[in-house]
Amino acid sequence: MITVTSLSKYYGRQAAVDDISFEVPKGQILGLLGPNGAGKSTTMRMLTGYLAPTSGSISVAGHDVLTESLAVRRAIGYLPENNPLYDDMNVLDHLQFVVRMREIPAAQVRERLRSVIDVCGLREVLEKSAGQISKGYRQRLGLAQAIIHDPPVLILDEPTSGLDPNQIGEIRQLIKTLGSEKTLILSTHILPEVQSTCDRILIMNRGKLVADGSPDELAARAGSEEIVRVLFKGQPAAGLEKLQAIPAVARVEELAVDEPGVTGMLVIGREGEAGDLRELVYEVVRDEGWPLLELYRQRLSLEDVFKQLTLGENVDEDDVRRVA
Amino acid sequence: MRKGLTVCSRELSSYFNSPVAYIVIVVYLLICGWFFAANLFFDRQASLRGFFAMAPLMFVFFVPAISMGLLAEEQKHGTAELLFTYPVTSFAVIAGKYGAALVLMSLAVLLTFPYVLTIVSLGNPDLGALFSGYFGLLLMGAAFMAVGLWASSTVKNQLSAFILSFLVSFCLFIIDKFIAWMPPPLARVIGYFSIENHFKALSRGVIDSRDLVYYLSVIVFFFCWSLYNVQRRKWRG
Repeated sequence: MITVTSLSKYYGRQAAVDDISFEVPKGQILGLLGPNGAGKSTTMRMLTGYLAPTSGSISVAGHDVLTESLAVRRAIGYLPENNPLYDDMNVLDHLQFVVRMREIPAAQVRERLRSVIDVCGLREVLEKSAGQISKGYRQRLGLAQAIIHDPPVLILDEPTSGLDPNQIGEIRQLIKTLGSEKTLILSTHILPEVQSTCDRILIMNRGKLVADGSPDELAARAGSEEIVRVLFKGQPAAGLEKLQAIPAVARVEELAVDEPGVTGMLVIGREGEAGDLRELVYEVVRDEGWPLLELYRQRLSLEDVFKQLTLGENVDEDDVRRVA
Repeated sequence: MRKGLTVCSRELSSYFNSPVAYIVIVVYLLICGWFFAANLFFDRQASLRGFFAMAPLMFVFFVPAISMGLLAEEQKHGTAELLFTYPVTSFAVIAGKYGAALVLMSLAVLLTFPYVLTIVSLGNPDLGALFSGYFGLLLMGAAFMAVGLWASSTVKNQLSAFILSFLVSFCLFIIDKFIAWMPPPLARVIGYFSIENHFKALSRGVIDSRDLVYYLSVIVFFFCWSLYNVQRRKWRG
């Protein structure tokens, strides 16, 4: 449905998007993930034809973004970052303006309007101006204007930013409903969002694609080592020594604990080592007679993958810049 | 074309939903009324000479007030990103917005019709000159408006757009006030660029194709430049 080939965008000499390629098949919900300034919005703006690429090409629903811009724009419903709306128009007028801009046939207008008003829950605010309604309603109006022409492709730039947890839940539910029949790309820097809604995740950092896979695949990629967190009453030095002595343990890190007399350790197992590390740690603590307070296995989450992929590089380059 | 009209009507409704349209029209009429009436009874002539003489300077102030937000506001509030991702050409968007601004300006100008009624009832004015004067007024206003459109497409802030279009309009207005000191060949060239010179003949009832060409050139030039600015933003980001 969407094919992106060696896409780059330069602002002056700065690369906002640097040679990325991907394909999105029909019906997939794709999450575009990355820290602020990673190039997510720029990518989306190029997909929708708002910005022209510096190099590379994009095809949406079989149309080239540059040469058949209007056809591409017809196929896409777009919710821009920060959800810009005409604040001086009331909600119904706003939707009717979009109806005319989207050239919806007169015979379908009533039905389409009723449908988006119901799906997005806008009935109570139809007469209010877009500048006065709450952020949750604004977001729904933004979504309504994006889906009113029933486009095959939906592009949503940070659809839940600035909403409270209840509203986020509602919008996510709405996205899931929409995603069942459309090709959908959404960007976010909120990890649970992609985990709960997306079939596939692309992680961007500094304009480049750094990871591509399903949420489970990405979590598995970083989760090859086992980590056990343990809290007990005892001497840190002795604990460090004894735990380090376990053959299956790669290294041990001391944790900062603010309870007096309590020691916390992070035990990291060797990669590919068989057996349950929790059991080994428990045995050591029991043999030493230290009262065990807490013991649990930490799984590397998507969050850790995200940090690994996007944080390390930032730090390195910042250091380089400081030296230079 | 239909979508150009949609943009135009949205723009007009936003003028009339805010105080902008009313303030512009009322203040314009107040000041024009004063220039019209001030010398009318001293001159003892049934003409709109006072009104027409001040009209160019009035436009220098009022047209930028109408045009300043046209494209700058869309950039500032991010709604440009909605507008230019709908299936509509940049030409239709800009034409629609320019059209809406012209409608508001024409409305202000045509609301001066009581002046015409006044002088018709007082004497025997040259109706041909009145007609060509109003025609010239709208044409000159459209030329100033194209400058305003261009200014609004150049900067993102509407106050900057106001100042920029005021400055350019004022230059076009003031340029022939200096030709008395210039060598004649240069004076002829500079005189041609004066926006007021071309209006003088029209306000006396002479419709000269050179004046029409001048105004149409200014309109096309600044309109195309606006279109170029909007397109360039897509490439530059």
